[in-house]
Amino acid sequence: MSDALSTQVLVVGGGPGGYVAAIRAGQLGLKTVLVDADQLGGTCLIRGCIPSKALIHAASKFDALQQHVGEGALGIRLPQAPEFDLGGAVHWKNGIVQKLNGGVAGLLKKARVQVVSGWARFEDGKSCIVEGDGGTTTHIQAEHTIIATGSLPVELPGLPFGGNVLSSTDALALRALPKRLVVVGAGYIGMELGMAFRKMGAEVTVVEATDRMLPSYDADLVKPVRNWCRQHGMDIRFETKAVGYADGQLTVQTAAGEEQLACDKVLVTVGRRPNTQGWGLDRLVIDMNGPFIKVDDSCQTSMRGVWAIGDVVGEPMLAHKASAQGEMVAEIIAGQRRKFDPAAIPAVCFTEPEIAGAGLSPDEAHAAGLDVVVGNFPLAANGRALTMEAGESGFVRVTARRDNHLIVGVHAVGAHVSELTGAFVQAIEMGAVLEDLAGIIQVHPTMSESFHEAALAALGHAIHA
Amino acid sequence: MGIYTFKLPDIGEGIAEAEIAEWKIAVGDVVAEDQGIVDMLTDKAAVEIESPVGGTVKELCGEAGSMIAVGGPLVRIEVEGDGNTAVEDDGEPVETASSTAPADPETPVQIPTPAPQPAPAPAAAASQATPPATPTRQVSSGGLPRKAGEKPLASPAVRRRAQSLGIRLEYVPGSGPAGRITRQDLDAFVQGHQGAASPGAGRAAKPGVEEIRIIGLRRRIATAMQQAKQRIPHFAYVEEVDVTELEALRQHLNAQRRDDQAKLTMLPFLARALVIAVPEHPQVNARFDDEADVLHRYDALHIGIATQTPGGLVVPVMQHAEAKSLWDMAADIRRLAEAARSGKASREELTGSTLTITSLGAMGGIASTPVINAPEVGIIGVNKMVQRPMYLGGQLTPRLMMNLSSSFDHRIVDGWDAAALIQRIKGLLEHPATLFMEGEA
Repeated sequence: MSDALSTQVLVVGGGPGGYVAAIRAGQLGLKTVLVDADQLGGTCLIRGCIPSKALIHAASKFDALQQHVGEGALGIRLPQAPEFDLGGAVHWKNGIVQKLNGGVAGLLKKARVQVVSGWARFEDGKSCIVEGDGGTTTHIQAEHTIIATGSLPVELPGLPFGGNVLSSTDALALRALPKRLVVVGAGYIGMELGMAFRKMGAEVTVVEATDRMLPSYDADLVKPVRNWCRQHGMDIRFETKAVGYADGQLTVQTAAGEEQLACDKVLVTVGRRPNTQGWGLDRLVIDMNGPFIKVDDSCQTSMRGVWAIGDVVGEPMLAHKASAQGEMVAEIIAGQRRKFDPAAIPAVCFTEPEIAGAGLSPDEAHAAGLDVVVGNFPLAANGRALTMEAGESGFVRVTARRDNHLIVGVHAVGAHVSELTGAFVQAIEMGAVLEDLAGIIQVHPTMSESFHEAALAALGHAIHA
Repeated sequence: MGIYTFKLPDIGEGIAEAEIAEWKIAVGDVVAEDQGIVDMLTDKAAVEIESPVGGTVKELCGEAGSMIAVGGPLVRIEVEGDGNTAVEDDGEPVETASSTAPADPETPVQIPTPAPQPAPAPAAAASQATPPATPTRQVSSGGLPRKAGEKPLASPAVRRRAQSLGIRLEYVPGSGPAGRITRQDLDAFVQGHQGAASPGAGRAAKPGVEEIRIIGLRRRIATAMQQAKQRIPHFAYVEEVDVTELEALRQHLNAQRRDDQAKLTMLPFLARALVIAVPEHPQVNARFDDEADVLHRYDALHIGIATQTPGGLVVPVMQHAEAKSLWDMAADIRRLAEAARSGKASREELTGSTLTITSLGAMGGIASTPVINAPEVGIIGVNKMVQRPMYLGGQLTPRLMMNLSSSFDHRIVDGWDAAALIQRIKGLLEHPATLFMEGEA
């Protein structure tokens, strides 16, 4: 069976870039078709952000309950140790994913976006063929095409995914807890999942080829995370390369030579690569930027009417960046003048404790030639943090230009600090100066007070520190 | 202690005045004897003037751009002894005046500018040792609202609105903290006024208008071009030339050239064609004194080579092209261009051309209307070589085509004659062997 469709906008990929672009295009009255071979929601919703955060939450809750066994804590005692059922947690997580997946479908429907399920293959920049289940094919002709094919986990040559070698996607679908897990790669995905599995009760070793973890954050921010790992028996091995896995043994190479690490599962999280294969990119005359599709500041590719958004166009590979680009491209197609010019793209690392930030770190500011003042406020001096057991070694740090006090970056490490990023990025996008932050009354007792105090510290007069 | 008034010495044959290009001293400086104190720009070249005495500078008798007559006071220096400023010297400090100041007929040293001059060639203008223009003052109190390259600061809503209006925020002054552009700032910019500025909020005014005095080489170019266009009825003629074979020859010769030979561009071939064609059209190789109604025709062919320099257009001269080989011409053109660009061309190298060639070929463009280098009567320019489909023998064939753009003084050169000259040049360039058939072509 073969169908033919003609549309104004064709969106390929139903992740947070693609579905947002399609919804916005539909809202703007553009006839829109979205093609996706998988469940709607993409990596973020199905295999990434949401499922990982669900499992991290379950793991954290289990870990917290364990504090109450025996002598207990906070005056709460559990008469017996809790048990962790990974299958049950995954089932719960799947329910969330399913709910959100259905929500996306509903939103697309509401915006009158036609969803075609199947694998798209481009014929040229304005047409593609979608092969659906059951041998159906749909020919789609479009005036504008938005490529939002996302990214895929990178495999290591000696550790192809399969069997006991897991990608992050595989790890989020495990039904039984591995006894011994080795995580390859100490980036944010590896550390988030590795710490979650440690909280669930697995013995976790992290091997990292370089000499540092979480390379996108500076040493001050990473230090509390390293401390947690040390306190919770996570073995972190730097300058160690994983080269192969067989019979429950991971072979690693260090300066001292080869070593075997016994483990049930190996989780490989060494990065993600843009998904540029298998959908006919070779049929499009599109300029590339290394492995990524090259786009300008309006996400237009070198082909007129062909746009690309999200992970496939480059770093940062973050769902919220993809969504912002998708929304923008839909508006441009609808005739609005837009360009992608955020002052900052915030990012969060859901480790223990969390690291959150937007804008430049002090080191990055110096490298950019800025003379900055830095204000730090420890969470240990924040009442709300103490009442939430979030006051250990965390802090909020504000970086501002010395000459005019413009906020150029805000970072924090500590429990629950991810929820502060809204305030951080808002300050930067609005062009706030230290005096603006100092002049805002924050609720007491909340952790937001730390942001206020960090700005005061940068001005030289923090009240509570 | 006395005052020594140093008067502008005679700095060249026939030079009656010179322009102050750049002072190297300031009032209060102590200068030594023979120390260079000022660059003077004549209509031929820049000349450094040295102090004849040592002492303390008391007064500069003009600023950059001022014209000083030969023999007029240039600088007054306090010296040991009596100095030279006697009672008969008017004793009054000469008013420092810019070139835009009204000329004072009572003050002999102040030459009004622009002074009526007998249409100097732009080439004659000389050296880029002088900056072409000197910014003086800002008319408005503000300039660009922020440093170059600094990202404008504005909330997302303001950025979005600016995008939708097609306004670049780089040009919008911000009145907020740290120069933040508020909604009101953008509205004010759109409405073209500064009403939203709050006093003392560090608001930069809208980009102002800069007054730039046109002095030095640029003034000379401006004067020459204005006079050339005002006085000379230009006749423009454009013809296309098939340079396929010529280009092949040029590349062949360049591939064979010795290390001591300059690379051949199109210009030596054009010069070579002129050497052959011009004697057949002698009226184009001339200088027209239109005040005396006399046309000076030359047997020699002194080709002006219009050259872009950092300071502006300069036209050094290849003397006696008729006596030079193709390679000599290539070397001459390269040497003259380098001398002009580095400001080292001598007065002789910048004067006396009888016909000028110009090239905008590197820039592209299909035709130009060159301005005659007065008092010459013709100028010929090459445009960019382009491969184009041409019908040749009934076949569509790719050929390398180049346009010749020319202008002639219609008072002296009739259109027919101009066309005949260009057609002759075309014939020579299209059959490059004829460029080298002395007396037979």
